[in-house]
Amino acid sequence: MKTFKLGGVHPEENKISAGKAIEVLPLPEKVYIPVSQSLGAPSTVVVEKGAAIRVGQLIAKGESFISSNVHSSVSGKVTKIDDVIDASGYKRKAVFIDVEGDEWEEGIDRTRDIIREVTMDRDEIIKRINEKGVVGLGGATFPSHVKLMVPDGRKAEYLLINGVECEPYLTSDHRLMLERGEEMLIGVRILMKALGVDKAFIGIENNKPDAIRYLSGLSAGFKGIEIIPLKVKYPQGGEKQLIKAVVNREVPSGKLPIEVGCVVNNVGTALAVYEAVQKNKPLVDRIVTVTGKTVAKPCNLLVRIGTPVGLLIEHAGGLPENAGKVISGGPMMGKALTSLDAPVVKGTSGILIMDGVEAKRTAQQNCIRCGRCITVCPMGLEPYLLAQLSEHQLYERAEKEKIMDCIECGSCHFTCPAGRPLLDYLRLGKNKTGIIIRNRVKR
Amino acid sequence: MNETLLLAVISLSAIGVISAVILYLVAQKFKVIEDPKIDIVAELLPGANCGGCGLAGCRAFAEEIVKTSDLSKLNCPVGGSSTMNEIAAVLGLEAEEKDPMIAVVRCNGSRLNAPQKVIFDGASSCAFAHALSAGESGCPNGCLGLGDCVVSCQFDAIYISPETGLPVVSDEKCVACGACVKACPRTIIEMRKKGKKDRRIFVSCINTEKGGPARKNCSVACIGCGKCVKECAYDAITMVNNLAYIDYEKCKLCRKCAPVCPTGAIHELNFPPRKEKPGEPEQGKVSEPVAAG
Repeated sequence: MKTFKLGGVHPEENKISAGKAIEVLPLPEKVYIPVSQSLGAPSTVVVEKGAAIRVGQLIAKGESFISSNVHSSVSGKVTKIDDVIDASGYKRKAVFIDVEGDEWEEGIDRTRDIIREVTMDRDEIIKRINEKGVVGLGGATFPSHVKLMVPDGRKAEYLLINGVECEPYLTSDHRLMLERGEEMLIGVRILMKALGVDKAFIGIENNKPDAIRYLSGLSAGFKGIEIIPLKVKYPQGGEKQLIKAVVNREVPSGKLPIEVGCVVNNVGTALAVYEAVQKNKPLVDRIVTVTGKTVAKPCNLLVRIGTPVGLLIEHAGGLPENAGKVISGGPMMGKALTSLDAPVVKGTSGILIMDGVEAKRTAQQNCIRCGRCITVCPMGLEPYLLAQLSEHQLYERAEKEKIMDCIECGSCHFTCPAGRPLLDYLRLGKNKTGIIIRNRVKR
Repeated sequence: MNETLLLAVISLSAIGVISAVILYLVAQKFKVIEDPKIDIVAELLPGANCGGCGLAGCRAFAEEIVKTSDLSKLNCPVGGSSTMNEIAAVLGLEAEEKDPMIAVVRCNGSRLNAPQKVIFDGASSCAFAHALSAGESGCPNGCLGLGDCVVSCQFDAIYISPETGLPVVSDEKCVACGACVKACPRTIIEMRKKGKKDRRIFVSCINTEKGGPARKNCSVACIGCGKCVKECAYDAITMVNNLAYIDYEKCKLCRKCAPVCPTGAIHELNFPPRKEKPGEPEQGKVSEPVAAG
């Protein structure tokens, strides 16, 4: 079974909601749609307070190269454009909409009829993906059209589709592959056409045998698409780890996958691309897993962007009494929410509720130099050292020790027997080092 | 036998003399002529090596000040004006009189005023807490209370009060080196004029949100109402981004702004108690005892 070589851990999988079919969450009464939902420059709001709005209408336009459009996910009235508390508790600009009915923009095909024929050419596809605000749905929310524009002098050879879902608990990609498999595969074919490649690999971890079987059967009808079962190991879904596992190439330090002729996209992105290109549908909803050991009804929900997280939890049977933490994302890389009013955004893959005991961090002790963090680091870094450098603000040295290569997977933190918050230190160090590097480039 | 001894003594002495001559010549050739004033100035400095002057320690300060002979650009905040006067005397210059400064904590979001809404259990450092979340009270500008300023202080002049969870600066110990100002990820600590008899007036809040959201998280936040700006006769108070700021250069310490503040965000320190006229209603809400220096 293929996998990446260096490091990796195997946390408890806990895929509680794997058997639950995708349900459509009833429309909320109010949504708060953050204006910036992708990496890159913030988008500009193009609607005004009081405006009547329809589903799929553009509400914020991405104007620089790396930025993306945001569309309304509901129909109704814009009540205000104000700050909303995001996952971290900080405020972000958002469009507040009171929902009235469910009126869609014209020209959007809402049926589930599958359109197999791809008629658009390369440039049209990229333009459409840009227009419809498609971003990477794996979590990093990198604008998809930018990924598809291969820089001069480079050539894409392989398209890698990430169906690994290596984060414990999360099952949204798993359900998507099972229930929307064919549409997703057409999305892959569109991406292949846009990149001009004739080979695509879909990497799936071996703990989803049903998805592997189903997609292998389907992919017989799609030329050039191959399903690759992968060993269950975290972080198998990391871009660089996936490339290493599937095509055995290593992305050089500080470079992008295109350096080794690869482009990686998530299965969710492939489906969003299918909907944008074939159905003319902007990215207004996504599949979110709501799960946790004490959650009454763990489920996978199709949720409109901007829905407050609290509503999803209500649908899953409400907040359990002993809830200790509500996390946006998975347990390894996710972020604890500070408010249940935080809206679902394009990058929200799951809502995980941990009970008080599970959520509690172990007491922090001194580093015992056991070297376990080095053994498990999938990027071959020395997390204990980077954490110390970051703690003592020695960022230049941290840069030399390749802190910027850290993918923030959290394996070091997970494995540390002394309970040291290594990922916290590394994230801070990366942040500060990044600022130093950017200032240097500017000068 | 005697000859052997003599030979050894003579050869050793010869080696000694030759080495001495070589050493003398080398010492002459590579002699470093250092201004003797540097040593004198270094001797006068407090020797804290805190970096408060912006240079890498007291020796670097002494070298720089002797080299440039310019007292206007360099200042030792630890030694204060007495040290600067002594240095000026050595250099034959006149020292400018500089007001002593002190670190001031501009947040009063104690556990009582800004109740905790969530629990942060990450690494115990303000820098992380600031990068990861808005803080336990929800105020995006308020003090996180994890003590990065305490760690940065070499003079033991700042500590976190166990009652309020806020840093307290000691008037006696603070030397205004500015380490805590740099350490605070939210720029809550400011260097302000120490003031006559340690009397100071400042806005103990740096929240730039509008009134409503600011008050939601903290009962003593500046809500940007502008009453203090109108009250001030010396144009010392400015209002930027819903936040009042008192310019310590212009402030005459008349104390008129503090009572008009509806949230009690303006703090006055070390003043004699106000004379309250009987029967006159209390004008401003007085906040809990000031926890900042």
